[in-house]
Amino acid sequence: MTSIYLDFEKPIAELEKKIEELKTFNLAFNQNNIASIDDEINSLEIKKEKVIREVFKNLTNWQIIQLSRHPLRPYTLDYIELITENFIELHGDRLFMDDRSVIGGFAFIKKNNGNKRSGFQSVLIVGHQKGRTTKEKIYRNFGMPNPEGYRKAQRLFKLAEKYSIPVITFIDTPGAYPGLGAEERGQSEAIASTIYTLSNLKIPVISIVIGEGGSGGALAFGVANRVFMLEYSIYSVISPEGCASILYKDASKTENAANTLKLTAKDLFNYGIIDGIIPEPLGGAHRDKVKISQEIKSIILDAVSELKNLDHETLRAERIKKFLVLDKFND
Amino acid sequence: MSLFRPRSNFKKEQVKSGIPEGLWVKCPICGEIVYKKELERNLDVCPKCNYHFRLNFKKRIDITFDEDSFSPLFEDLKPDDILEFKDTKKYKDRIKEDQEKTGLLDAAVSGTGMIEKIKAAAVIFDFSFMGGSMGRVVGEKITRTFKYGIEHKLPVIIFSSSGGARMQEGIFSLMQMSKTIAIIAEYNRTDLPYISVLTDPTTGGVSASFASIGDVIIAEPKALIGFAGPRVIEKTIHQNLPEGFQRSEYLLDHGMIDMIVERKDMKNMLKNILSIFLNV
Repeated sequence: MTSIYLDFEKPIAELEKKIEELKTFNLAFNQNNIASIDDEINSLEIKKEKVIREVFKNLTNWQIIQLSRHPLRPYTLDYIELITENFIELHGDRLFMDDRSVIGGFAFIKKNNGNKRSGFQSVLIVGHQKGRTTKEKIYRNFGMPNPEGYRKAQRLFKLAEKYSIPVITFIDTPGAYPGLGAEERGQSEAIASTIYTLSNLKIPVISIVIGEGGSGGALAFGVANRVFMLEYSIYSVISPEGCASILYKDASKTENAANTLKLTAKDLFNYGIIDGIIPEPLGGAHRDKVKISQEIKSIILDAVSELKNLDHETLRAERIKKFLVLDKFND
Repeated sequence: MSLFRPRSNFKKEQVKSGIPEGLWVKCPICGEIVYKKELERNLDVCPKCNYHFRLNFKKRIDITFDEDSFSPLFEDLKPDDILEFKDTKKYKDRIKEDQEKTGLLDAAVSGTGMIEKIKAAAVIFDFSFMGGSMGRVVGEKITRTFKYGIEHKLPVIIFSSSGGARMQEGIFSLMQMSKTIAIIAEYNRTDLPYISVLTDPTTGGVSASFASIGDVIIAEPKALIGFAGPRVIEKTIHQNLPEGFQRSEYLLDHGMIDMIVERKDMKNMLKNILSIFLNV
C-alpha cells in the first residue's frame, strides 16, 4: 500500500499502519490465519473506508492541488503500462535533443470485447512525464519540458496524422521549463506552434489532465476534440504559488489564490471548458492504479469510437470551432 | 520637478506606465535623462541608447496609419469579472481604475486603417491597461479582427505589448492562447499575410501564442521578449543572466524573429512587406 501521506491523509495512514501490523502478525504465526485477528482486520478495513470517505467528502481546493501533485500519483508511463500494449517509444525532435520530460510513442489499446486483430485500437500517446525519486525527477526535469519536448510532440502528431492514428495526450506538468536554454531555443515559439499543429490536425485528439495542468506548457497538449480531467487534477493559467507571489505579493497566500483561481475539475466542467470529469477511486488515483486506468481506458475507447467516423476536415473544424467559443464570450 | 528623485522610484514609474509626467524623463535602459519634448519629437525613442519606450495606442495609431484613416472595430467589448476574482484588490476595481486612467475599456484596440494606401486590419496593445494582459476581451478582439480580415480580405498586423495572460480571468485567459491560434489556423487557409510586431514587452501567454506565429515577425529595438520573466528564470537556474538576454537583438541572433525595425522605419517596412505579399 502507499507509504507517503499528505497531511490530511494522516488519519488514513494510522489505520493502514495498524492493518499492516496485524497482517504481518498473522503471517508470522501460522498459515491458517487466526480468526479473531481476521475479524479485527476486517473491521479496521471498514473503518478505513469510512475515514477515507469522510476525509474526501469536502476537500478544499488546496487539498485537491496537493492530490494532483501527490508523490504517488500515477504518471504518464504508469498509464501507458496499464492501458496499452506493445508501446513503442519514439525519441527526439530531430533538431536538437530528446526531451525526457515528454514521452511519446505508438501503442495498441485492447478493446474490451474480442481478442482478434480488429479488437485493437492503434493510438499515439504523448504526455508529460514526472519522476518519482530524486534521480528520476532530475532525469525528467520535474515534468517541465524544454522547447524540444514540444517539437518532439509536433513531430509525432504529424506522424500520427499520416497514418490516421488517434492522438491521446496526458497532461501533467507544473509548466514549461523557465530556463536560459529554453528561452534561447524559443520556448514561446515551441508552445505556440504546438497549439497550432494540434489545431490543424485532421485526426481525433483526446486530452486527459491526469495531474497538474500548469499554464501554457499544459495547454500545448490540450487542444483536443475531447478534453477530460481526472477528478483530483487541476488546470490553471498560473500556479497558486505564482499567483500568490505576484498578485498578493505574499507567498503565504497560496491557499487564498488556490480558491480564487477556480482550477479544479469541477470548476472547469461547470464553466464548460472541459468535456468530462473522470472519477477517481476512493482516496485518489494513487490508491488504485488499475481501477483508474480502466476508467481512463474506457473513456479513451468511447471517445475514439465517437470521433473515428468523422471525416478529416470535420475533425479539424470541430476542434477549431470548439476552441473559438470555449470562453463563452458571446453567450 | 527635480532631477534627483530617488532612483528606484523613477525607474519603476517609468517602466510601468510609459512616459511619466514631468519635463524630464530617464531612460530605463541607459539611465540617460532626456527632455520630454525631445523624446516625443523622437517618437519616444531614447536618443542615446535607442530604447523604444512603450507607446500608448493613440501614438501607435498616429505613427502607423495614414492620417485619419484608422477606424476602430469592436469598440464596445467590455471585460467582466467572470471568476469574481479578488487578490489585494477586487478585479472589478482594477478594471475600473485602468479604464479611467487610459480611456480604454480593455488592453487592446482593433480597427482598420491605411498604411501608405494599403488597407490593413490591426490590433494594438496598450501596456498601460493592466500590463497589456490578455483576458477574454483581448482574445475576442484578436479573434474578431482575424475573422474580419478573412471576410474583407485584409492583412492583419498585431502590435503586442503585454506581460501575458491576465491572471484575474484564470483559466479563461489561458484559453485565449488556443482561441487566438485557432482563428489564425483558419486565417492561414487564405493567402493573406499576418505580421506580428513585438514591442516592449511581449512575454508569457502572448509571446507563447499568436505573437510567435506571424508570417513575418518584427521586433522594435531592445524590446523584452520571452516566455518566462527574467526574474523567474534567475530564481530557477540560480545564475545571472547574460547581458541583453531576451532583448530583440538576442532573439534575432538566435533565429526567433525575422528582423528588428526602428520605429521611424516601421511604417515603411510594413508597407513594403504588405505590398510584396499582396502583390500591390
